[in-house]
Amino acid sequence: MKILYHIGHYALFLKKSFEKPERRSVYWKLFIDEIVKLGIGSIGIIIIISGFMGMVITIQTASQIDGNFIPDYLVGWTTRQSVILEFSTTMLALILAGKIGSNVASEIGTMRVTEQIDALEIMGINSAGYLVIPKIYAFMIIMPFLVVISMFTGIYFGYLICELTGIISPSQYLFGLQYDFRPFDVSYAFIKSIVFAFVISSVSSYHGYFVGGGALEVGKASTRAVVYSSIVVLVMNYLITQMLLI
Amino acid sequence: MIEVKGLSKSFGDNHVLKNVNLLFEQGVPNLIIGASGSGKTTLVKCIVGLHEPDVGTISYDGRIFNQMNNSERKSIRKEIGFLFQGSALFDSMSVEENVMFPLRMFSHSTLKEMKSRVEYCLERVDLAGTNSLMPSELSGGMKKRVGIARAISFNPKYLFCDEPNSGLDPHTALTIDRLIDDITRESGITTIVITHDMNSVLEIGERLSFIYQGDLLWKGSNKEILRTDCTELTDFIYASEYMKEVRRHLISE
Repeated sequence: MKILYHIGHYALFLKKSFEKPERRSVYWKLFIDEIVKLGIGSIGIIIIISGFMGMVITIQTASQIDGNFIPDYLVGWTTRQSVILEFSTTMLALILAGKIGSNVASEIGTMRVTEQIDALEIMGINSAGYLVIPKIYAFMIIMPFLVVISMFTGIYFGYLICELTGIISPSQYLFGLQYDFRPFDVSYAFIKSIVFAFVISSVSSYHGYFVGGGALEVGKASTRAVVYSSIVVLVMNYLITQMLLI
Repeated sequence: MIEVKGLSKSFGDNHVLKNVNLLFEQGVPNLIIGASGSGKTTLVKCIVGLHEPDVGTISYDGRIFNQMNNSERKSIRKEIGFLFQGSALFDSMSVEENVMFPLRMFSHSTLKEMKSRVEYCLERVDLAGTNSLMPSELSGGMKKRVGIARAISFNPKYLFCDEPNSGLDPHTALTIDRLIDDITRESGITTIVITHDMNSVLEIGERLSFIYQGDLLWKGSNKEILRTDCTELTDFIYASEYMKEVRRHLISE
């Protein structure tokens, strides 16, 4: 029953958030700030994680197909498919659920316990809309760009490891990258990433917005935001994959 | 003028406010006093709509607030300034941005006009030149004054102050009290101050209402309060043995 309560409460929260904004120009400035904070601020960690994952996928795949029957270029193909279909979308979303989810929940939660949200409400401002909508839109807009950066980084570092270690020849890797390429896979990745961005930003905001108490509760809300965002991302991943790929 | 009629509010089995009737007049600070947990803050949160009362009506100059829908309430909320106990300044904004915030959201003034209004408000609270400071760089007293500047920036008709001098030294607390008193009288606004600070009560308490365990027990002024017969109120004012001795002297005189 508790989960039904939260689903209903979350739906009402979103309804309140999407009400007409008081002053669009103010929201626009917040939207740009959030793009910088949520998007640009995440590029560093995305490059580091994607780079290492690309290298590991390449090495693991190459080490598994050590034989005469499977061509080397499949290493490139496998790396590309793993990165595009799953790593740069779902894995990246789970990592960002940790980074951005906790950040958003603790920021909004702190505003709640220090009465800043009450201050907005008393002024006649739709606090849910003011705090949440710029984050949701900004993250949904910036997420596909982050996914592209992650894809290129992962695939490029896979290539780099071939160059450096000679585990397979770089030309075979490049051939595999282009082999049997389906542009729809990229569209599928973008659709997933936009849905994940919505889930992470809205679920985390929800947990931050309804914090009660003090600093301890803000910490708990931050943890809940990461856990529930991750679970919903995984559920949505299954549903979207079922709908689009089968 | 704000009028509260038959207001009750409970949280589960906890009856926080019981049939409270009050009239807050304009042009003079209206102080609500009482011990911690007596229901003062809940009363004010009901008046501004942060809590919904179980029964009773709240009217702002005849406009019944708690029977309005959200959009109607918004028009009244734009007329309200609120100073929170913890100031509730927006951490991510500078002093200037905090004070300008209500103007940016609701006024149709130019940036120059808004800046000029911010300058006036900061001067009014004796904080000229602090525009670029962040809330984390301000002392407790300065935060309260920025809170007042933000509360008055959009020319409110109603000003609410929730324990405006809690955590401040007596001198700074009196400065804040006098500031609230001056602004109320100059602008002719309706001001409600929640406090349990006896300095404030004696300094600006022309109109006092004493809340005890959710009931309105006593109404009067700072001139009457020291000689009151209301036991709960005397226990509140003269809490220490020393103050009880002071009261005995007062009565014997």
